[in-house]
Amino acid sequence: MTTTNKTGAGAPGREMTGAEMVIEALTDQGVQHIFGYPGGAVLPIYDAMFQHPLCKSDKLRHVLVRHEQGAVHAAEGYARSTGKVGCVLVTSGPGATNAVTGLTDALCDSIPIVVITGQVPTHLIGNDAFQECDTVGITRPCTKHNYLVKRIEDLSRVLHEAFHIASSGRPGPVVVDIPKDIQFAKGIYSKPEKQFQHQGYKPRLDGDPNKIKQAVEMMAQAKRPLFYTGGGVINSGPHASALLRELVKTTGFPITSTLMGLGAYQASDPQWLGMLGMHGTWEANWAMHDCDLMICVGARFDDRITGRLDAFAPGSKKIHIDIDPSSINKNVKVDVPIIGDCGRVLEDMLKLWRANKAQPDKHALADWWKQIGKWRARKSLSYKNSNSVIKPQYAIQRLFEATKGRDTYITTEVGQHQMWAAQFYGFEEPNRWMTSGGLGTMGYGLPASVGVQLAHPESLVIDIAGEASVLMTMQEISTAVQYRLPVKIFIINNQYMGMVRQWQELLHGGRYAESYTESLPDFVKLAEAYHAVGIRCEKPGDLDGAIKEMIDVKRPVIFDCVVDQKENCFPMIPSGRAHNEMILGDSGESVDDAITEEGKVMV
Amino acid sequence: MNTTTHYPAAPAAQSIEAHTLSVIVDNEPGVLARVIGLFSGRGYNIDSLTVSETEHQKHLSRITIVTRGTPMVIEQIKNQLERLVPIHRVVDMTVAGRSIERELAMVKVAADAQKRPEVQKVADALGARMIDESAGGVIFEITGGSDKIEQFIGQMLPLGLIEVSRTGIVAIARGAEGM
Ligand SMILES: Cc1cc2nc3c(=O)[nH]c(=O)nc-3n(C[C@H](O)[C@H](O)[C@H](O)COP(=O)(O)OP(=O)(O)OC[C@H]3O[C@@H](n4cnc5c(N)ncnc54)[C@H](O)[C@@H]3O)c2cc1C
Ligand SMILES: Cc1ncc(C[n+]2csc(CCOP(=O)(O)OP(=O)(O)O)c2C)c(N)n1
Ligand SMILES: [Mg+2]
Repeated sequence: MTTTNKTGAGAPGREMTGAEMVIEALTDQGVQHIFGYPGGAVLPIYDAMFQHPLCKSDKLRHVLVRHEQGAVHAAEGYARSTGKVGCVLVTSGPGATNAVTGLTDALCDSIPIVVITGQVPTHLIGNDAFQECDTVGITRPCTKHNYLVKRIEDLSRVLHEAFHIASSGRPGPVVVDIPKDIQFAKGIYSKPEKQFQHQGYKPRLDGDPNKIKQAVEMMAQAKRPLFYTGGGVINSGPHASALLRELVKTTGFPITSTLMGLGAYQASDPQWLGMLGMHGTWEANWAMHDCDLMICVGARFDDRITGRLDAFAPGSKKIHIDIDPSSINKNVKVDVPIIGDCGRVLEDMLKLWRANKAQPDKHALADWWKQIGKWRARKSLSYKNSNSVIKPQYAIQRLFEATKGRDTYITTEVGQHQMWAAQFYGFEEPNRWMTSGGLGTMGYGLPASVGVQLAHPESLVIDIAGEASVLMTMQEISTAVQYRLPVKIFIINNQYMGMVRQWQELLHGGRYAESYTESLPDFVKLAEAYHAVGIRCEKPGDLDGAIKEMIDVKRPVIFDCVVDQKENCFPMIPSGRAHNEMILGDSGESVDDAITEEGKVMV
Repeated sequence: MNTTTHYPAAPAAQSIEAHTLSVIVDNEPGVLARVIGLFSGRGYNIDSLTVSETEHQKHLSRITIVTRGTPMVIEQIKNQLERLVPIHRVVDMTVAGRSIERELAMVKVAADAQKRPEVQKVADALGARMIDESAGGVIFEITGGSDKIEQFIGQMLPLGLIEVSRTGIVAIARGAEGM
């Protein structure tokens, strides 16, 4: 790879071992926490950590997880809640393969992480050596980029490059595979370059001014405009969220967001329509369907959003701002593609809008808002509450009320509880919502909460969990206990893999094959076995008190919130339907009638 | 009955086009695996692929890929290739137009002394050059567009074709500019 190899400080590099270089490079890259698990092929690095002044002075702290998948999710939570690169260290073979789910998750959701894997010594590579696996081969399709370092001369450059690639452009996971002999070898360490130069890797940051001009003109003429925003706004940083808010306020347009973009725009604002897509609100999906101008900012027209492509926003012109050209015209053809960092492009748009003294079509916009008001009045998130059994939606609403105004971070597992969290928990700030969207990884939330809490020790960190998902990485509660991380695992316990049960009800005639868990652990005792605090709540009347108790305890808590087993998550765009064909919880339409034979094929 | 699903249906029959892409990459271990993995992982076609280092000092290789797809898929392929870190540039030679494509084939034909004049006549007509002559057979080298090579092979088939080895297509743009 062709990069210039100047040492940043201009000083000649120091000689050290490869293992020491890893520690130097990490701290030079600003890493303060690394999540990891030791093993034979990384022992030199662990040994260096044991002795290194940077580690002794706690400049770099290692967090011992209980499973390598947990390490990667923790790093993802850390990264998503701080905007920094998350960092992981695992051994060769099983250590590396255990990390693969986390890597794929980070790739799907564009999360910047660097994962360092140990490898068997270079002379044994390809020999089926003990705990050897083809790490770069296995992780090639699930990383943004990966490296096998075969020469000590390359190590410091590769480590710095890894951080640059992980965090710039469209962020993603990078693996650096380091054979054991390279960890022992001595070489000259070079500091990060001030200016990273790479022939092949130059993400485009500034949008084409002509396209921006065209976009702003279209916005001023739109009659039924809509902002459709996504995870890219979060990736771009809090600055981009602030600009988005300004542009939305200045134009007076309505805004919706994907699951990944929640928090970029404040949920309490009247211009906010709620999340869109498969489980999005009535007003967001109808507005998407009927808009005449869609302004997509850092979202990727995922199939959970578009539904039937031939019926997707049929009368609309589309502007798409994205840093990755491959996201543009992938699923949906757009009229004005703008390649660039959405923070910069939003800034340019705002400037131009003001310079032009542009005015939205006020009359048309008023009509549009009137129509949106009608859709809103449908109150698509309403559900029938109960006095005797806790409704899952109610549990999340109460949790939201109890934590409102506090410094709170939410992670989730995957399933119905995740969707209810997205619908009922109102996010006011970016980087407060950590969820596995693209891969949908059950077991993400608990380790992610560990990473978030480590980065924000004083904040309230809650994993809104499902009882099935949380058992996939439950062991990480042990990590939380060891590092005194007071995470709250708020389990919406319906005893079912609720999302699977819902699909079976809708698609497979109510034949609930293997979606009911016959024998769940006693979560209170489980918490106690881990030296955490267990709380169970079964009655709606007890909920507020129990939530308060959970928040007040300054230790990790597993909260077993026993909820209605049969509740379904609505609204829902069923298979074979378009945006304007949502079904609602109280619509009276039988879900059997709503899904066609062909539609059953889809998930 | 509704015939679609929530997943986007396969795009309505669009024209499938063949495109030739020229790709400049760092010649480093695994780079070809990245390119091929991208094609297999995303279900793209490879009709032909050639690769060789072209700038030794800079360790740059040039890959020529002939692929097929709808215009939207071709655009995706180009964009997906550009995401790979060791890839410097991707040029769609078919879109850029004015490019020249060539392929080289070595064709072994069983031709005894009796048949040889006939074989030689076909070869001469298409500009194939005999590069080896042994007791039972001859080897021709032919360079040209794929059509010409297909034609030559087609004509050799009834005359005693034994085997063919082809390089796959290489392409270059006309004019004074480089990639
Ligand atoms: C059970 C389940 C149900 C789901 N249901 C829904 C649903 O109802 N609604 C929903 O919305 N999602 C839903 N999802 C999530 C869905 O699968 C996708 O993950 C999500 O919709 C993708 O969000 P996004 O489009 O914002 O893209 P992301 O995956 O966040 O991608 C970000 C995009 O922004 C670009 N980008 C990155 N950085 C920048 C930058 N600096 N500047 C500009 N662009 C940038 C990237 O290139 C990419 O195109 C569900 C997931 C699960 C597991
Ligand atoms: C690792 C993994 N395996 C399987 C699935 C498929 N899946 C999606 S949701 C779900 C059920 C989740 O159950 P639970 O955690 O109890 O959440 P609920 O839907 O009940 O709220 C399953 C099995 C998945 N997303 N991830
Ligand atoms: Mg459940």
